[in-house]
Amino acid sequence: MQQLAKPFAPEAAIAPLAAINDFVVKFANVNGSGSASANGMFAKSILRMGVPVAARNIFPSNIQGLPTWYEVRVCEAGHLGRRGGVDLMVAMNPQTWAKDVASIEPGGYLFYDSTKPLPHGGVRDDITLLGVPLTAICNATYSDPRQRQLFKNIIYVGALSALLGIDPEVGDALVAEQFKGKDRLILPNLEALAMGREHAQDLIDKVALKVRHADKVGDRIYIEGNSAAALGALYGGATVCAWYPITPSTSVAEAFMEYCADHRAEPSTGRARYAIVQAEDEIASIGIVVGAGWNGARAFTCTSGPGISLMQEFVGLSYFAEIPAVIFDVQRGGPSTGMPTRTQQSDILSAAYASHGDTKHVLLFPEDPTECFEMGAMAFDLADRLQTTIYVMLDLDIGMNEWLCRPFAWDDSRRLDRGKVMGHDALEGGTPFGRYRDVDRDGIPYRTLPGVHPERGAYFTRGTSRDPDARYSEEGSVYVANMERLLAKFETAKALVPEPVTRTAKRSTPYGVIYFGSTTPAMNEALHALEDEAIHIDALRVRAFPFNDEVFAFIAAHETVFIVEQNRDAQLRTLITTEGGVDPGKLVKVLNYDGSPITARFIIGEIKAGMANAADSGVREAAQ
Amino acid sequence: MTFIAKPRLHHPMLKPNGLGFTRRDYEGKVSTLCAGCGHDSISAAIIQACYDLDLPPHRLAKMSGIGCSSKTPDYFLGASHGFNSVHGRMPSVLTGANLANRDLIYLGVSGDGDSASIGLGQFAHSIRRGVNMTYIVENNGVYGLTKGQFSATSDAGSKSKKGVINSDQPIELVALALQLGATFVGRGFSGDKAQLVPLIKAALLHRGAAFIDVLSPCVQFNNHAGSTKSFDYVREHNAAVNRLDVILDRDEIVVDYAPGSVELVTQHDGSVLRLSKLPHDYDPTDRMAASQRLQMHLARDEILTGLIYVDPEAEDLHHHLHTVDTPLNALRDEDLIPAAAALEKINATLR
Repeated sequence: MQQLAKPFAPEAAIAPLAAINDFVVKFANVNGSGSASANGMFAKSILRMGVPVAARNIFPSNIQGLPTWYEVRVCEAGHLGRRGGVDLMVAMNPQTWAKDVASIEPGGYLFYDSTKPLPHGGVRDDITLLGVPLTAICNATYSDPRQRQLFKNIIYVGALSALLGIDPEVGDALVAEQFKGKDRLILPNLEALAMGREHAQDLIDKVALKVRHADKVGDRIYIEGNSAAALGALYGGATVCAWYPITPSTSVAEAFMEYCADHRAEPSTGRARYAIVQAEDEIASIGIVVGAGWNGARAFTCTSGPGISLMQEFVGLSYFAEIPAVIFDVQRGGPSTGMPTRTQQSDILSAAYASHGDTKHVLLFPEDPTECFEMGAMAFDLADRLQTTIYVMLDLDIGMNEWLCRPFAWDDSRRLDRGKVMGHDALEGGTPFGRYRDVDRDGIPYRTLPGVHPERGAYFTRGTSRDPDARYSEEGSVYVANMERLLAKFETAKALVPEPVTRTAKRSTPYGVIYFGSTTPAMNEALHALEDEAIHIDALRVRAFPFNDEVFAFIAAHETVFIVEQNRDAQLRTLITTEGGVDPGKLVKVLNYDGSPITARFIIGEIKAGMANAADSGVREAAQ
Repeated sequence: MTFIAKPRLHHPMLKPNGLGFTRRDYEGKVSTLCAGCGHDSISAAIIQACYDLDLPPHRLAKMSGIGCSSKTPDYFLGASHGFNSVHGRMPSVLTGANLANRDLIYLGVSGDGDSASIGLGQFAHSIRRGVNMTYIVENNGVYGLTKGQFSATSDAGSKSKKGVINSDQPIELVALALQLGATFVGRGFSGDKAQLVPLIKAALLHRGAAFIDVLSPCVQFNNHAGSTKSFDYVREHNAAVNRLDVILDRDEIVVDYAPGSVELVTQHDGSVLRLSKLPHDYDPTDRMAASQRLQMHLARDEILTGLIYVDPEAEDLHHHLHTVDTPLNALRDEDLIPAAAALEKINATLR
């Protein structure tokens, strides 16, 4: 692919890409150089022009020095997944220069620091070069090395905004917002932006990618999934958070701290209506959550794959002893330390079947930050209702990137569902209590909280087998009856978890596709593109495990069903075939697991290839 | 036989305590431990302590990990909620329970395997956080349920029942607890109930992380010659620093001691710890002196027992976290959920 050997050509050999409100800009930076906030400002300025953007931080497991990228998808049509390809590369990292330049689409643009001459041999002849002497400008303007670095970022944002036609007022307003409270920083940043714009004036006509005012953002908000999940925990009534730092989940706990500080102080005293403990490890984190849940507080932890591994024993206890717990699993590339700063959906099986023995757990799959909030709050009701662990399965892409999504909404009349807790009055009134009796025939027993009544309702919680009145028992029949009840409870869960979302093709089709979580925006785009090519396929987005019957009905109604997921082993497909007794032969794997978020182009390519294969085998079968 | 309910036979002479409960009301199921097990004596001491303190049984939560010791909460305080959790993880479960409801008394029961081996980390961190609890390690220096392996508190040079000599150095939990900032540290012996009951009482009344190491010989696997956790060895090497009496608010303090030989320590809840000092120079409120004394006795192969350290002004995790007085599990929806209007404001900052 690399075309570095070709002679430098001042004019692109093919027509430069031209597009309004529909292109991809990628920034190549060095980690720790302060680029992230400048790049974020760039993305937000386009948003303020009323044009939807999707920005993704692609970063290394490193604090300073390694390459990092920031990809901004600009799309008036509203496609917010990764498209694939780069139209304008902002190449600020010499280490990755060659690869970055090679990744530009034919006809695309390369924005670079022209202080030094281009590498010997020039660059590709099919792209447009946009050189601004950033280092020279900074060296002439600033004496402090740190300032030179930070303002270089702001200067290129100013230059890019001029090249793309973003209103100067928009950028200026964002600077004022970003540095509110640190007012002395506002003016220098405004000056840097202006400097960038000024130095780009001569290049404006060379760029045919433009941002124009549109009205396509509406009332949508722009937020990271981790922050949204923390807000969900706040509205879900969580009072205890125990956690251990791990990328990419750390910001869930950090956001929860901030939201609690703002919204959970007792008005009269300023004291905390919450307790947040940074535990010594993930085992202690989930132990604290289980202890708090046992004692009637809504509690959660947030973690990622390695933490899920460590929590297995406690999750099994929560299942068997029937204790509410919520885990936000922000998935990353595994196994082992894997790719800690890259995204995957690869904890599906380890979460669904966590722990030794026969276990199954409820999983929720949010598609974006709005659902992180909604499912985050819902998880606590489900945990109390089902008296078990509920996982909210985010991933790094949703969790750590800002997404444009529906605004959060809350109904003030909504009450927390505390589930089946037998209180003092019922006990006092003589209501019979046995901790594991299936009184309502839904598999869910009643529980009491410690301290509830002087003489009634106490029971002994244990991970060992016991009878319906919580008395130790190793009788086989007693054990089996309890395990069967837990299965019945899992059946009950099917009716309580969010149902799938389906999209029916314009024409009846033998093809279906199942997907979940952060794949959604790329899938939506792929479905539109396929439809434009008259390729018809029905789609179903799974939102929870256990799977509702609708999932299996969907599979039964199609000859071939693609299962799109972001892991190597087709974990959702395994779960579907195992739980539904589905013939795996009709479920075609579509797997993206290189650590970067799945793209629409990839999905389209795989589905087309899969359909061609299915048609071939159909022909072969017919010929036999 | 899976469990045995204790017959509800009341001895007419059983004297009720201040709440009208008899000792029987503080008992649990019949123990399934071996006859003569030191752990059963500790259960009896816990029962006695709670009875003496007029503790409403339902206001105490008993937590444990896994092992012989961790089975015992089923054998006392049958009217209390109990939680027999995961091996080595009682401290985290207790911490969570405590965060959820600060109004209950938390009694954690663990063993030397549970706390010094698999659970050493959780032991350490729950103590350094100052969780308000009574943490009892029933220390027999051996794995009983798996039949006789050395534990991390087995002394170097001690001999197993099979004749193997332990070469690993022991973990001294009392020294660790002192170093980690426990605000109440004691050691007792299951064979000395007169010393143990007041220690447990004082610990239950203490606000903060109270740790008691109780030497509790395993009659099956660690009570032979060559063991340093046998009844005979502990009796011969016991060096008590004090004799403790717990005097509650309601009790009259009777002064019947020679000046200088007794120290009175008043805890947060108003309870007074009356210490008959055996070495006259011993000050149990001096952490550094306690550590030094402990090391000195260790060097002499003596087991220091009694109330080794107490900080009467201790503060607990809830204090550090500035949590509200209302237990977190009793907060109402309106205390917990911000209004929809607050969410609208949050939305506005995200555009």
